[in-house]
Amino acid sequence: MPQIAVVERSWWDRHQVALTPFILLAPACAMFAVFVVYPIGASLWLSLFDWDGINPRTWVGLGNYAELLDDPVFWTSLRNNVWWLVFFMLAPVLGLALALFLNQTVTGIRLVKSLFFFPFVISQVVVGLVFAWFFNAQFGLLNHLLAALGLPPVALLESETWATFAVIAAGLWPQTAYCMILYLTGLTAIDGSLIEAARIDGASGRKLLWHVILPQLRPATFIAVVVCVVGALRSFDLISIMTLGGPYNSSNVLAYYMYEQTFLAFRYGYGAAIATVLFLLMDVYIAFFLWRLLRQERR
Amino acid sequence: MFPTPIERTSPTTQALYKASLPIAVILWLLPLLAVMLTSLRSIEDLNRGNFWGWPSEVQLVENYTAVFTSSPMGRFILNSVLITVPAVAGAVMLSCMAGFALAKFHFRGNLALFAIFIAGNFVPFQILMIPVRDLTINVIPVYDTIWALILFHVAFQTGFCTLFMRNFIRQLPDSLLEAARLDGMSELRIFWHVILPLVRPAIAALSVLVFTFIWNDYFWALVLVQSDDVRPVTAGLQSLRGMWLASWQLISAGSIIAAIPPVVMFFLMQRHFIAGLTLGGSKE
Repeated sequence: MPQIAVVERSWWDRHQVALTPFILLAPACAMFAVFVVYPIGASLWLSLFDWDGINPRTWVGLGNYAELLDDPVFWTSLRNNVWWLVFFMLAPVLGLALALFLNQTVTGIRLVKSLFFFPFVISQVVVGLVFAWFFNAQFGLLNHLLAALGLPPVALLESETWATFAVIAAGLWPQTAYCMILYLTGLTAIDGSLIEAARIDGASGRKLLWHVILPQLRPATFIAVVVCVVGALRSFDLISIMTLGGPYNSSNVLAYYMYEQTFLAFRYGYGAAIATVLFLLMDVYIAFFLWRLLRQERR
Repeated sequence: MFPTPIERTSPTTQALYKASLPIAVILWLLPLLAVMLTSLRSIEDLNRGNFWGWPSEVQLVENYTAVFTSSPMGRFILNSVLITVPAVAGAVMLSCMAGFALAKFHFRGNLALFAIFIAGNFVPFQILMIPVRDLTINVIPVYDTIWALILFHVAFQTGFCTLFMRNFIRQLPDSLLEAARLDGMSELRIFWHVILPLVRPAIAALSVLVFTFIWNDYFWALVLVQSDDVRPVTAGLQSLRGMWLASWQLISAGSIIAAIPPVVMFFLMQRHFIAGLTLGGSKE
């Protein structure tokens, strides 16, 4: 018996260095494969079928995509996603402004920074409720303040023109907080002697910001833009809480329209086609991000 | 330091700056303060249309108690805890293992695997929605139980956590591993006795961050569960809106209650939280 034990141990000894990484990776890979990788493929495949979720599927090829081209709600949703993207690019700018404003060392500044960061920590459901109440046409604080200034009341969330922008404004609140933190950390990481040297050379104010500070903050800017793009394309929670895509689908986005078509209209295949479009849009950014990251890695 | 430290400016500027801080905080949090104020009001005030004037009486205790007695809010919060805590533990555990493997072992496909974990982070939830729901109904029968959410969150957050852990472990010096190997330690023992103690700060940062991600999830709570017995607080709050209709004082109090746990977590573990956010982030 001892002989066998020796043989077994030495087999493991010889191979354990090679085997360990696979043992360690197995659970994570299995979970990721089942709940992330496989579903992507399954959704792409499903987008080629008609399916109500219960009865057998019927093959329609690219029929769902052809239908998308003639679906006005799809185009409205896509247009709104573009608006989300455009306006979410304000978050890094506003976040940088806030970070510059708060990057001081007066007493109590830590608390102030935390309070500014607050919106990012709370759930989007709560953010949505908070802003729905703020914008409420009858009783909201916004109209109360407008009235105090002698201005007429507004019904943003009930307006086909303004609903999307009101929801985006709510979305910018936590997003700006996130960017602010990225920039605050970025600012702390900048070498102080670099700034002092530039000051001695006569650079100050905007010039210093543009030529010395911003280039140093590039990593923070990169991440801020990436998270804002992802945030803009993922927008779902706020729309579901504040407008349900309305009025008359005017504030719909792809993520919410997909959910609606699948679970409310029971058009699973069509929903999968919408999801595929959203996925392809996101892929552009995923590819860009990966390319930057892996290039860094090779160096 | 940039901008110019305020101490170097004139006393007037300094005073103005200090005065501007609380004003800025109030303006920034105005929508939230409005909800807090509403959560203190009596129903009589609201019926009379006294939304923003001085409250006729402060009903802090009454309103917040009413949320718990007139709705399953307590149950929702418990569900959120029962979902979030195991999911965080699972994701962090899996990613410590995977992160070590990706950071310190050379094998074919290492970088490709890493890229898949990163890319998986960014995919829109909708592309996963239908198949994941079908999986939990037909293959792993956990639909409408907390396990559906736990399993999915573990799997999905493993992507982000692995990115984070791999980058953290990669910074640890290789000499530590080599010394342990020379001592005859097996790789698994090295993982347990050398690596894990060293990644404790990363585990703390990651746990706090992922806690808020999972706690605040709303989409999957809509898709994978439907009964009040398993609903977490985000989806619960939304379902209560229909029940409470115009009882704005209850909706407001409920919102505040739902927001408290991640906020407390953030204030208690602020240092870790921000370290997590920027370590995972600034590692571009």
